[in-house]
Amino acid sequence: MIFVEDKEIVIPGDILSDEEYHSGRGTFKENDKVCSSLVGLVAIRDKKISVIPLQSKYIPKRGDVVIGEVTDIRFSMWNLDINSPYSGFLPASDVFGKEKRELNRTFDVGDVLFLRVVDVDEVKKVKLGLKGRGLGKFRGGILINITPTKVPRLIGKKGSMINMIKDETHCEVIVGQNGVVWVKGEPAMERVAEKVINMIEDQAHTSGLTDRVRDMLAKLLGREPQESEIEPEISDEVEESGELEISDESDESDESDESDESDESDESEEPEEKKESKEDEMD
Amino acid sequence: MIIIITNTNLNTGTEASARADNRAFDELRNLKIEAGILERADGSAYLEIGGNKVLAAVYGPRELFVRRLMQPNRAVLRCKYNMAPFSVDDRKRPGPDRRSVEISKITSDALSPAVFLEKFPRSTIDVYIEVLEAEGGTRCAGITAASVALADAGIPMRDMVVACAAGKSDGNVVLDLSEVEDKEGEADLPIALMPRTGEITLLQMDGHLTEEEFQKALDLAIGGCKKISEEQKKAIKNRYGD
Repeated sequence: MIFVEDKEIVIPGDILSDEEYHSGRGTFKENDKVCSSLVGLVAIRDKKISVIPLQSKYIPKRGDVVIGEVTDIRFSMWNLDINSPYSGFLPASDVFGKEKRELNRTFDVGDVLFLRVVDVDEVKKVKLGLKGRGLGKFRGGILINITPTKVPRLIGKKGSMINMIKDETHCEVIVGQNGVVWVKGEPAMERVAEKVINMIEDQAHTSGLTDRVRDMLAKLLGREPQESEIEPEISDEVEESGELEISDESDESDESDESDESDESDESEEPEEKKESKEDEMD
Repeated sequence: MIIIITNTNLNTGTEASARADNRAFDELRNLKIEAGILERADGSAYLEIGGNKVLAAVYGPRELFVRRLMQPNRAVLRCKYNMAPFSVDDRKRPGPDRRSVEISKITSDALSPAVFLEKFPRSTIDVYIEVLEAEGGTRCAGITAASVALADAGIPMRDMVVACAAGKSDGNVVLDLSEVEDKEGEADLPIALMPRTGEITLLQMDGHLTEEEFQKALDLAIGGCKKISEEQKKAIKNRYGD
């Protein structure tokens, strides 16, 4: 017996089904009944019932890429706020190697970094790292916070949604799995992207979202301006990284953006890119 | 017991209406709940029941900086109940007092059994209850609102806790005491429960009831909780435009 339909909104304590279904994420079992523990949408797959939350906090997981803000500098590490119940730390050795340097010269309190979760231990200490493609410090741009569970929706299937925003607004957009989004472009375009991203967060649980986003972008921009320079390069990167890893969750959650592929040493490439964007800022 | 409800005015009718506000003995005051009204909180709710106006905000799970409170295997649920100085007729001296400390504690105790605290070890969930206007039964209103706010914040729970009071006023056992009934009545019995299983998470009693009256008051309060619970569910679903 099942008491709910697929995609139905349920609230904590709602009885979803009898014991013939398995209890998935966002549910729990009580007296042979599967109940919801969250406010969210029911997802039925085969004989497994789960609830996709409409609101949540980010729980760090090894391998995730996140955006964090430096909150404190210690003797040999930085402390970072990663929009989660557990703060992260970045060991100085990860950045400098064996060399000893002053930490606050490199990253100061308030700086925003793009990092990877290297490890989460039993006491919930979150170790972060900067090794990987595209990881590093952001210069300029704006930050937008969304609910972490809506990150897959913002990215869309194979990055379709995020690429549309990038193409239309000519902004660089980077999404951390902790629900922090970094957007950089022309100030007016940043604002457009912010509006669109907030709208996606608001309506993530409804269907036909992609079309509505397209309409909204067209309306906000009034027309389709055409003068892209950095765009193609970024979307290429997304596509190549789109299919690798982080798809431990359901189909569409392939995280993306300039992350991943930690083989190349791109420390050299990093500053270049940033410089480039700085020049853009000057214009 | 059956009480005949008439529309007789309070000033003229004496026996016709048993309660000061012409309610039936098992009738709740007007109830309104709204979820997700605070921009900056992770979850929030606004509740009106009769003359009570209560705001609840939930922050978290978030990092706990007070190391001595930290639990290695679960989150701590911290509640803070506060009455605004203008919430009552005579200005209330602002700041915590004995009563608000007690209510903060019992709110936390009433909500904790429903929340999956073990999912967020070493963190805290903070609940703030602000009473903007008080007219009897604010602790129940606070718990009911807090539970909606917790659900709105996306915190996993076994059930949505709901609270309601019954009591004895003018010799009658009645549901949802108003301020006058509470102050001049013989007894007040606030309870909180998880409606699906019927587990009671809070039961307090002030005053005297016979065993029989207690049973009756408890049944009334449970009935009231069930009704309020429906409103809670509606409030959450309305938020997402069901």
